[in-house]
Amino acid sequence: MPTSRRHFLQTTGCLTIGFSLLGPTWATAATEAADELPGSLGDYPRIDSWLEVLADGRVRVLTGKIELGQGIRIAVAQMAAEELNIPLNRVDVVLAETDRTPNEGYTAGSGSIENSATAVRYAAAAARQKLLALAATQLQTRAFQLKTQNGVVTAPNGQTRTFAQLLGGQQLTDEVRLPLALKPKAEYQYVGKAVPRPEIERMVRAQEYYVQDLRFPGMLHARVLRPFNYDSKLVQFDENELKRAVPGLAKAVVNGSFVGLLAEREYDAKLAQDWGKQHVRWTEGRALPAGQPLKDYLRTLPNTPKRVQDKGTLTTAPTLRASYYKPYLMHGSIGPSCAVARYDAAQRRLEVWTHSQGVYPLREALADLLKMPVDTIHVKGVPGSGCYGHNGADDVAADAALLAVATPGRHVRVQWAREDEHCWEPYGSAMVLDLAARLDPATGRLTHWHQQVWTDTHSNRPGGNADKLLPAQYLAQPRRPADNGATDPSAGGYRNADPLYAIPNLRVDAYFFQGPLRVSALRALGAYGNVFAIESFMDELAEKAGLDAWDFRLRNLQDKRAIAVVERARAIARQQQVGENEGLGFAFAQYKNKAAYVAVVAKVSIHEEGTPYRPQLWAVIDAGEVINLDGLKNQTEGGMIQSASWALMEEVKFDQHQVRSRHWEAYPIFHFDEIPYVDVTVIDRPTEPPLGAGEAAQGPTAAALANAVYRATGKRVRELPLRPEKLTREA
Amino acid sequence: MEADITLLVNGRQHTVRVDPATPLLYVLRDQLQLNGPKFGCGLMQCGACMVMLDDVAWPSCQLPVHDVTGGIRITTLEGLAKPDGTLHPVQQAFVDEQAAQCGFCLNGMVMSTVATLQQYPQADEETIRNGMMRVLCRCCVQHRAIRAAQKVVAANKKP
Repeated sequence: MPTSRRHFLQTTGCLTIGFSLLGPTWATAATEAADELPGSLGDYPRIDSWLEVLADGRVRVLTGKIELGQGIRIAVAQMAAEELNIPLNRVDVVLAETDRTPNEGYTAGSGSIENSATAVRYAAAAARQKLLALAATQLQTRAFQLKTQNGVVTAPNGQTRTFAQLLGGQQLTDEVRLPLALKPKAEYQYVGKAVPRPEIERMVRAQEYYVQDLRFPGMLHARVLRPFNYDSKLVQFDENELKRAVPGLAKAVVNGSFVGLLAEREYDAKLAQDWGKQHVRWTEGRALPAGQPLKDYLRTLPNTPKRVQDKGTLTTAPTLRASYYKPYLMHGSIGPSCAVARYDAAQRRLEVWTHSQGVYPLREALADLLKMPVDTIHVKGVPGSGCYGHNGADDVAADAALLAVATPGRHVRVQWAREDEHCWEPYGSAMVLDLAARLDPATGRLTHWHQQVWTDTHSNRPGGNADKLLPAQYLAQPRRPADNGATDPSAGGYRNADPLYAIPNLRVDAYFFQGPLRVSALRALGAYGNVFAIESFMDELAEKAGLDAWDFRLRNLQDKRAIAVVERARAIARQQQVGENEGLGFAFAQYKNKAAYVAVVAKVSIHEEGTPYRPQLWAVIDAGEVINLDGLKNQTEGGMIQSASWALMEEVKFDQHQVRSRHWEAYPIFHFDEIPYVDVTVIDRPTEPPLGAGEAAQGPTAAALANAVYRATGKRVRELPLRPEKLTREA
Repeated sequence: MEADITLLVNGRQHTVRVDPATPLLYVLRDQLQLNGPKFGCGLMQCGACMVMLDDVAWPSCQLPVHDVTGGIRITTLEGLAKPDGTLHPVQQAFVDEQAAQCGFCLNGMVMSTVATLQQYPQADEETIRNGMMRVLCRCCVQHRAIRAAQKVVAANKKP
């Protein structure tokens, strides 16, 4: 509940400092508050939900988001430092933690800047205004005569007060109200600049940072034994035999087909798991649809249709039709999922340390799983290995919670093995896309577009429900998710299925199947497949109509910012020389049709064996107001390289019995020799709202590569990945 | 079958009582409580657990601890900085280039680069890439890691 923190503060007798919100300096500067509070402030309007002034004058920022490597920690710190006019190194950041930080749901969908950092900006601006008003009273002067720097407010007569002195041990409990004057952008010291992330030094010094690094006295190490097939049931497990084989085993917890193995030492837990893989017997489970083209198979599955866009009429004579395919993809976190939990039997309280993307929803799901009251569970977010969406983080936290409840008083650390992560993480769904469009050859304008998308859900997060937590499905009383929620817009299957181009007659149909593999949110969700298809198809349409691929897109775009991004990308492309066996391709999308605009130019050079080895990639991105220039570049560079790895080599494979992509040799990703050259051009728009950018390069990169490969080889690859055999095969 | 095993880690001798078959990684993380080497795969496929054995970068996840006794110098990420806290030039270059997102693979990239540049102070791009071939990075900051290594090489070249 968003009000829990407020309630907590009221019941602990924290004093409220109240006074007129509109200080004399900006009473006339803005009109009546017509707009809603931005970002997550709507749910948490109080200043001290977002920041606290510490006794030593430091400022503590509270964000409900977790650091995933995307740089949210530095972004919220920049916002606070800027509006409060204090040095960046005097800002501490508390990441997502139940009962401590606001409940901002999941750290997902490239929403952290728009929701959390924006809330911090406004909270800090309101705090500054109130601190000045307090100082005006205490120093008997007018607020507009005060100066504030480094956390010290100075009056014209030279008298000073620190923020902490002004508050006298209290916090700013007032609600942020609009209108609110923000610091003029021309005076910015931090926002918009390439401010380094301080935690990178912590990382290179190997200081404790990750959930994997947590060590508690008496902590037990655990691994969970999982079968080879989703639907296998435990047949036989002989704990005594395991104890003979691995004397270091402290305890086995068996509940239905859930088997937890605990040891004092991590290596013994690993040995126990290794033994279990060899000796524990399971039922065979459900056959997977191996040995047939998955693309064809997915179309045959029963599905729930949904018309998500219907404008004008459907053409009976399209200029072109084409089908595209995107395989199952893996998040592939380098560090397998990990969590620590401790259950206090006397207090009936559970503590969990997790790299989950949503501490509050996880808490509710754990309460449902364990039948405990929500407020007896405390969940603290601690960074883990990058996740790129919903990986095993929530599942391993549930593993740890179950084992901790079975082992009261001890911290239990569960570390998934590599194979656990590869085989059990929820993948990004495979997708089949049929496109048909008509264009007017005289004008080069699109008149009709029909996009049909076959997909599983792209969001199977537990929310507040235990059903979707992996171990819950294997207990003696198993939980089964009733509905995967695929038809909901937030499930992402038709994200970006509606092209940004101006098309008078547009229809988008989605068909939601339940596929053979476990799936959930992977970076960009359905936008990756949809943009790959749309932007490949745009090139095919342009060629069919004899139009230049750049002109064709520009003629069909109306959004000025989109046009600016595409034109800048074209200028970059025009500077490139293209030699023999080389090709230059490009693609464009606005993520979710409302977040960052990205155009990607790809240059590939095809080697004899058909590999587009080490391509060059250029991105042009407009993410509105830039908060951290280097953070934005880092996300976009990494997004392009990751997307190129997906597009060129990745595909989850399985046989009739099990997933075959069990480790990195069976699911290859880019190695260092293959890493593309990348370059990012940022179009900063300081007067526009910041837009989510972390997922925006995924779709355009894949399509740009496919388009470049086509130019280099004449082969139009419509089914990812762009494997060499598809490029060398005779047409 | 536990035994006392003496290891030379970051310039100090440590004696631990473990099964001699225990991979070095588990001893470093659990007995010596070091954070540098990370568990990534346990299969020598990802490089997250990289350490230096004398002057060679090597994954520690499958390496039996009894194979690295006898005075072999084991260096982890913790052992690179000077006692006064000054970062090793490679560490500093990774900070300067902000060559991390989640940072989980940073250990493997830094340790591999230190070893490469010790052997080839003037390493070219291919040598740098080759030196980090065993390291996987999923956030995909590899181009920044290459740039960081190149920065150190450029400093090496200055008279």
